[in-house]
Amino acid sequence: MSLDNTTVRNIAFLARIDVPEAELPGLADELSAILGFVEQLGEVDTKGVEPMTSVTEMALRWREDAITDGGQQDKVLANAPDAVEGYFTVPKVVE
Amino acid sequence: MSYVIQGETGDWEVVIGLEVHAQVISEAKLFSGASTKFGAEPNDQVSFVDAGFPGMLPVINEKAVEQAVRTGLGLKAQINHRSVFARKNYFYADLPQGYQISQYELPIVGHGTIILDMPDGSTREVGIERLHLEQDAGKSMHDQHPAKTFVDLNRSGVALMEIVSKPDMRTPEEAGAYLRKLRAILRYLGTCDGNMEEGSMRCDVNVSVRRPDEGFRTRCEIKNVNSVRFVMQAIEYEAKRHVEVYESGGKIEQETRLFDPSKGETRSLRTKENAHDYRYFPDPDLLPLEFDDAFVDGIRATLPELPDEKKQRFISDYGLSPYDATVLVFDKESAAYFEQVAEGRDGKAAANWVTTNLFGALNKLGKDIGESPVSAKQLGQLIDLISDGTLSGRLAKEVFEIMIETGDDPAKIVDERGMKQVTDTGAIEKAVDEVIAANPDKVAEVQGGKEKLLGWFTGQVMKATQGKANPQAVNDVLKKKILG
Repeated sequence: MSLDNTTVRNIAFLARIDVPEAELPGLADELSAILGFVEQLGEVDTKGVEPMTSVTEMALRWREDAITDGGQQDKVLANAPDAVEGYFTVPKVVE
Repeated sequence: MSYVIQGETGDWEVVIGLEVHAQVISEAKLFSGASTKFGAEPNDQVSFVDAGFPGMLPVINEKAVEQAVRTGLGLKAQINHRSVFARKNYFYADLPQGYQISQYELPIVGHGTIILDMPDGSTREVGIERLHLEQDAGKSMHDQHPAKTFVDLNRSGVALMEIVSKPDMRTPEEAGAYLRKLRAILRYLGTCDGNMEEGSMRCDVNVSVRRPDEGFRTRCEIKNVNSVRFVMQAIEYEAKRHVEVYESGGKIEQETRLFDPSKGETRSLRTKENAHDYRYFPDPDLLPLEFDDAFVDGIRATLPELPDEKKQRFISDYGLSPYDATVLVFDKESAAYFEQVAEGRDGKAAANWVTTNLFGALNKLGKDIGESPVSAKQLGQLIDLISDGTLSGRLAKEVFEIMIETGDDPAKIVDERGMKQVTDTGAIEKAVDEVIAANPDKVAEVQGGKEKLLGWFTGQVMKATQGKANPQAVNDVLKKKILG
């Protein structure tokens, strides 16, 4: 499968990565090569085989409904560039 | 009941589906041990998982699973013993992970049913498409600063149940009835407090219109409507808008809209066209969620009696009308109150006192049943005083008013204020004689055939006895004395 520039531009937008127009064709080639590599798996007949979710023979671990975390506003905000009165702040996201 | 919009080119039918986000009642969050309690200091109930710190792993809270299954059972829905968590990817300031952990292809609960109780006493079935578990996002505040948005992550990671209906509703009233019934079921089950004003239950509304008997047309989604009344208003407005667009030759674009309660209208949320490309994929941090029959049976064994069953029981055991039964089972507390009043008494009389007099009085006071100044025991005593002849219906209403004001027992009020009904014929006869003696002309009119005037006499005698005479006894004595 080969990707065109429009698709790559859209993928970059969805990931919020600013890709200059000039770099789109190169990225399209690279991503197409990756997809082509993975597509080889299509040659294997997987009819009737359940999708595998984990390589370990484990079941999902459950947790008891108890408060064991939180109460650490200072740590949560430690890396925030512009915390105000206990809040994270970001440039206004609505008009 | 049919709801049709009459356009210039003919009739249009409205098609409605609802997505409800219900906050799960639990101590801790869906995938972390931070508290879910409302109203804490900002960012104080946040684990590193909720804040999307690198390397943190989600671990599922058993209570959230239990509550989702319990809700599924309450909706008579299929419970899926194996479900899968998926990442829903989008960027927003209050979603620190960059994705919401949700369920996509394999939700924990499948098809179910809700029975709507319409205001005219009829019922109607609406299908449930699915219920899935997902994380709530944090809260953005846009009004704290001219250039900044403030973000509080206390809500980030709280468990939500997204409950999706089938597009089975055709009128705004049905949508309202659906929300009220769903809320009642959630409250009975104790899985969500159902408080729309505080945002623990939120509703997205899908609306489209069509010609009768044609397939579905394009729908619009109205996001985050926060009261039953607004949901109904938003549907009415949106459906009319669709009809106007179609009839003027236009096309409806599938889009997300907002309802503005102050203007009573919906408007487009101008989002980028790619905004809905969520790129779901199974969350590699979480194995499939699996449980056995024993787990489900254990929850089933603890289900309370739900509104529909209670309603049927009230109709068959107490002889109530479907309407009264519906009103009484609307919330658990009212139903329990009624049952306490009705115990060992006439069910219909008890229902009448609770739905008419008590609910009316509470409404005026702006209180709910839990804050009623009159206890179920006291209301029962009042009904007993009517049955044993101490009070007439009219006196009982007066005593009830005083009970609402003072919270006193009815017997105490009757004693202290001498409100006992007079059944002593001697006293009644005396009062009747006085009224007859004072109104000879009217007596003549009655005797001349104007029997309707007897009612006027009854009123006069009641007045003379300060309402304490038994009206039936007064009537009997009057008839005997005037008509012979």
